[in-house]
Amino acid sequence: MSFLKRLKEKFSTQQSEESSEKFKSGLEKTRNSFSFKVNDLLKRFRKVDEEFFEELEEILIGADVGVHTVLDIIDQLKDVARTKNIQNPMELRSAITEKLAEMLQKEESDNKLNLQTDGMTVILFVGVNGVGKTTTIGKLAHQLKTDGKKVILAAGDTFRAGAIDQLEVWGERAGVDVIKHHEGADPAAVIYDSIQAAKSRKADVLLCDTAGRLQNKVNLMNELSKVKRVIEREIPGAPHEVLLVVDATTGQNAMNQAKTFGQSTDVTGLVLTKLDGTAKGGIVLAIRHELDIPVKFVGLGEKIDDLQEFDADQFVYGLFAGTEEE
Amino acid sequence: MAFEGLADRLQNTLQKIRGKGKVNEADVKEMMREVRLALLEADVNFKVVKDFVKKVSERAVGQEVLKSLTPGQQVVKVVNDELTTLMGGEQSKIAVSNRPPTVIMMVGLQGAGKTTTTGKLANHLRKKQNRKPLLAAADIYRPAAIKQLETVGKQLDLPVFQMGDQVSPVKIAESAIAKAKEDHHDYVIIDTAGRLHIDETLMDELKQVKEISKPDEIFLVVDAMTGQDAVNVAESFNEALGITGVVLTKLDGDTRGGAALSIKAVTGLPIKFVGLGEKMDALEPFHPDRMASRILGMGDMLTLIEKAQTSVDEEKARDLQKKMRDMSFTFDDFLDQMGQVRNLGPLDEVLGMLPGANKMKGLKNVQIDEKQIGHVEAIIRSMTLSEREQPDIINASRKRRIAKGSGRTVQEVNRLIKQFEDMKKMMKQMSGMMNGKKKKGGFKFPFM
Repeated sequence: MSFLKRLKEKFSTQQSEESSEKFKSGLEKTRNSFSFKVNDLLKRFRKVDEEFFEELEEILIGADVGVHTVLDIIDQLKDVARTKNIQNPMELRSAITEKLAEMLQKEESDNKLNLQTDGMTVILFVGVNGVGKTTTIGKLAHQLKTDGKKVILAAGDTFRAGAIDQLEVWGERAGVDVIKHHEGADPAAVIYDSIQAAKSRKADVLLCDTAGRLQNKVNLMNELSKVKRVIEREIPGAPHEVLLVVDATTGQNAMNQAKTFGQSTDVTGLVLTKLDGTAKGGIVLAIRHELDIPVKFVGLGEKIDDLQEFDADQFVYGLFAGTEEE
Repeated sequence: MAFEGLADRLQNTLQKIRGKGKVNEADVKEMMREVRLALLEADVNFKVVKDFVKKVSERAVGQEVLKSLTPGQQVVKVVNDELTTLMGGEQSKIAVSNRPPTVIMMVGLQGAGKTTTTGKLANHLRKKQNRKPLLAAADIYRPAAIKQLETVGKQLDLPVFQMGDQVSPVKIAESAIAKAKEDHHDYVIIDTAGRLHIDETLMDELKQVKEISKPDEIFLVVDAMTGQDAVNVAESFNEALGITGVVLTKLDGDTRGGAALSIKAVTGLPIKFVGLGEKMDALEPFHPDRMASRILGMGDMLTLIEKAQTSVDEEKARDLQKKMRDMSFTFDDFLDQMGQVRNLGPLDEVLGMLPGANKMKGLKNVQIDEKQIGHVEAIIRSMTLSEREQPDIINASRKRRIAKGSGRTVQEVNRLIKQFEDMKKMMKQMSGMMNGKKKKGGFKFPFM
């Protein structure tokens, strides 16, 4: 059975139709251009040759997958074509999709959020400016609250104008408490207070916002390490997740982000935001491939319930849904 | 740094074909492959890269490169030239309406930095052009966006016009302009909500805002880290609104910023300003030549020079050059230099601007850790004046004393002295090199 058929079956039996639909419509633009291009390529070429691979390379690069990863993929596909003696491009289609899914998947369970079954779970959000950290926290707070968890938000972005107010609005929308100081306060102190408050209020989950910062600003990255140290000291084993929020429109710099934030805060997962645009978020493949950081969530819109758990199968299914139906 | 500069890459490629004396067409092709990869790594759109490489290789295969004795450098030059030309001249002028107020509309995707840029632009207009801008808060969607602009306004001591988040942006724009007329503001900058270029409803809203406010400038704010999609974004916004200029933000990061080239190549829109930090004065005109070397990963020499010029004492610098040449550089000068270099900003940032800095033998050993610098300072300050001038006299017992005085170990003292000697040697090489090609006003780096 072909890989895509298998996926399709999985989703029709799993009754995840609804979320799958959302994924599909969110990825509509991604899918259209990406799958269209792949399909077009497969149809245009009679033979699998250098030129064919070159064009495939361009399509992948055009999706921001990143040069090194693309070259790797292409090399592997060339191997497949050679060993299996594949001449017809159509026969290579499943190899392409399988390769991509394989890259994103690796171990099954690690894209689930690491929630503690007893005791409080602390999640730290980090990332560069303007990627959507605060919005993601608002959406996740809503989701966790709906699941019956007691959630508290920590307004650790004391730098950007209006950031605290923004988090408070999200707090109101989701119906959860926000612990804050004033603008310009020490973020580590805010987090400390939030932990104490969360402890005494017996919260299940504490979501910590931080100010956006470019990863090459050493001082700001040190500040972030300090915030993390405070959490580690106050709650052994915490933070249980450090989520790096990445804008899907970001190009190769996302790799630097993942590396540097990873060094100073041991990032445990990615949140890919703004995937409802035309950006393809291909950099996720590269990050997974080169740094082995799993994607945990994707942001597919501006509404409070537009945050979806990441599922590699769904991602690839959404990406290639169009190619199957012809 | 994750990326190698184009110059380094070409150097490596050439190493393989060295000894041939001349390069042939196949070698040029090999080099073009490197050019292509360098541009793709910098996030230049792949279609743009394709056209560009074609153009450059035509020039390269022509006599220019083949005959050159230094083909690698020649290729870099051709690429750099072409890039600079493609990105156009400097055009940081902002339109002035002959019927004030002049209206500027800020548009872009979410999180690109519109609100911050609005503040910076207002600050620029007031400081550099003596204008009296009014900021209009037309982002009614994102929570606390109005509050953010108000805070920015407060920081700058500039008025912000707002009507809350229950009034349509069209109405806000209209009223803001009326208000500006009333209060005799000569500029109105309208901060609109971030939106996806494919969101038709919201794009229509922008068209209506444009309709009513008849802006003299519509600036598209683009995150410099944007990848391949930058082209689609710029094209869509331009088609819908008729953009007049682009502001590239977050260029103080370590992104190579290929988006700049993509946007310019595909839309022809001028890039007017770049955002270089979170402070309100961190807005600068766009310099195509600097952007070109940045995209190629060749460091940002010019910015460094400019930074150095504003923060380094000219006279001291000249004095130092002399010392560098005749090798009379002492630990005191070293201390002085460290102070001056630190004025330039965080050290790693400064080093990042140097082309090939991570490859340079001497520089590699220089610790970027700011704490280490404190230690170095302590060690030097524990030396006597004559020791600082003649490091040669520092013997074992002096070393022990210095170590004690500074609270460091003898090993550290040794290491510093060794580094200092290495540095002196390197400076001699560098000053020899720099004499060859004169940069802007013959300025030389004081700390080399």
